Amino acid sequence: MIIGLSHFLVVSAILFGLGLLTVATRRNAVAILMGVELILNAAALNFVAFSHYVEGAVTGMVFALFIIVLAAAEAAIALAIVLAIFRHFHSIDANDVSTLKD
Amino acid sequence: MLDNAHSLRAFLPELIVAGTVLAVLFVDLLARRPHVGRAAALTAVGLVAAGAATVMTMRADGYGLFFGLIARDPLADFFKLLFLATNLLVVLISLRAREATDESAAEFFALTLTTTAGMMLMASATDLLTAFLSLETVSIMSYVLAGFRRRSRESAEAALKYVIYGGVASGVMLYGMSLLYGLAGSTSFTAVRLACAHTPAAATVLLAVVLCLAGFGYKIASVPFHMWCPDVYQGAPTPVTAFLSVGPKAAGFALLVRFFGGSLPAELVGAPAPWPILLGLIAAATMTVGNLAALAQTNLKRLLAYSSIAHAGYVLLALCAGGSDGTRAILLYLVTYLFMNLGAFLVIIAVADAGIGEEIAEWRGLGRRAPWAAVAMAIFLFSLTGLPPLAGFFGKFYVFAALLARGGSLMVTLAVIGILNSAVSLYFYARVLKAMYFEAPTVDEPLPLARLHAATLALLAVPTVALFLVWSPLQRFVDSSLGQWYPAEMRPRSAQLDRSVKRSSVQLANTSATK
Repeated sequence: MIIGLSHFLVVSAILFGLGLLTVATRRNAVAILMGVELILNAAALNFVAFSHYVEGAVTGMVFALFIIVLAAAEAAIALAIVLAIFRHFHSIDANDVSTLKD
Repeated sequence: MLDNAHSLRAFLPELIVAGTVLAVLFVDLLARRPHVGRAAALTAVGLVAAGAATVMTMRADGYGLFFGLIARDPLADFFKLLFLATNLLVVLISLRAREATDESAAEFFALTLTTTAGMMLMASATDLLTAFLSLETVSIMSYVLAGFRRRSRESAEAALKYVIYGGVASGVMLYGMSLLYGLAGSTSFTAVRLACAHTPAAATVLLAVVLCLAGFGYKIASVPFHMWCPDVYQGAPTPVTAFLSVGPKAAGFALLVRFFGGSLPAELVGAPAPWPILLGLIAAATMTVGNLAALAQTNLKRLLAYSSIAHAGYVLLALCAGGSDGTRAILLYLVTYLFMNLGAFLVIIAVADAGIGEEIAEWRGLGRRAPWAAVAMAIFLFSLTGLPPLAGFFGKFYVFAALLARGGSLMVTLAVIGILNSAVSLYFYARVLKAMYFEAPTVDEPLPLARLHAATLALLAVPTVALFLVWSPLQRFVDSSLGQWYPAEMRPRSAQLDRSVKRSSVQLANTSATK
């Protein structure tokens, strides 16, 4: 079997779907953030695959590198916020964090 | 298109802002005692210098910087000046706020400055990569700002909700961008536009655009990506809320203008692209949800959050109208929105400084206790409704005029929905006024306003009134900002609109005279 562009796209679509599913179903803040990482990785995989099969240059790979860096920055900030949440609410369950509502 | 070395001169405003971030942080670090006034003064100097650099390096034509990654054109310059002004006003607003203590002020100002640098890049992005990076710069800084008050539960909760919604939205947007890149084989907006116009895979283009709209829609808080907005605006420190409700929202619209104007074709596979319908649906839903939800609010910050969602809907209407008229309406609306929305939040801050909370019930009798603050609030709220003789009227007028000038049943329907929504919004804005003027206060002693707050309130209230009276300079400036973006079709339409504005203001003057 020759691995082509469509294989990469299918894998990334599955990753994207799993990421969305994780975000929608998990209530633990850290688990939700892991879902976000899956979505970001799906996009990065798409960029690398398109870069190789469509463009034939490195633009997409550079884009993927930037995605990795930004995912790290976002994770750092998000985990710091989760830590602050734990200090105030003694829980990181998204359902428990709901003092603000209509 | 300039290469890296030659781009630096035209990139000076952003460099100055970035330099100011470092200066503010290091001066605070090296100084023997941190001091809020020094950090604020340094920030203000940097912002003014960046504004001066923008004006001095301004050119009437547009050109690409850094091999076409970003553009320097009058449209970008307009937004840069808008963001710098917003940040400057936010510095004034936050000087006496609880966030700007001596210890934390430098960090606070450095964060807002970094956000401003990101917003300036958002307004100039002409490549998917810079669009994504600048949007994330703004987002990540906003998460930190929302959670800035570390000892407050609400602030932490606001930050968590912001970061989760934001992370998902930007991930989804990124997936859409990857599809666009796959179609075009390049990340530049122009290449994406060409590829989308000629590809037979119209469904993929549509899917990619809808996914991208998740990220942009989240930044401007449009339905269905608005859920974070009320919680974040209520929980975040009030100066941060004021900043977030104006700056990043305007930056999101700048990016949307570039995205829909520069990277999406007007036609897909020979048929007109469905962008107006798509944007129209989002705009109508955004306005309606924002206004209807605002009716039930008792917390002022939450009420203004829903009101800001509704205002994003009005601006989306202008985006939906498109063309030079629509873009002009967006720019004009954002300028008026800057003054009236920052003003409304400043009244909340000024009154909170004197010990009154954010619940509407606590504002009873404010008209007697703090007459000037109440008058200013009345001006801002009436302007947000869009009533003459205030700037907000012209903002809305141009939006609806752009829709009607475009014509067609979709545009007319949208205009009608928009006008009905404005009528609904009068109800909840008037509820605040009723509490201030027609309900008896529980305590009757007068509330002293801090001198700084009073001066800043005047600084924001005067343009809200004066822009109605002296509108043409702003309009000329906006028209010159559009010159490069819509060179061919601009002039005749503009003259026509001018005439209709004059006619309607004459009529207004006549009716008020007869009354």
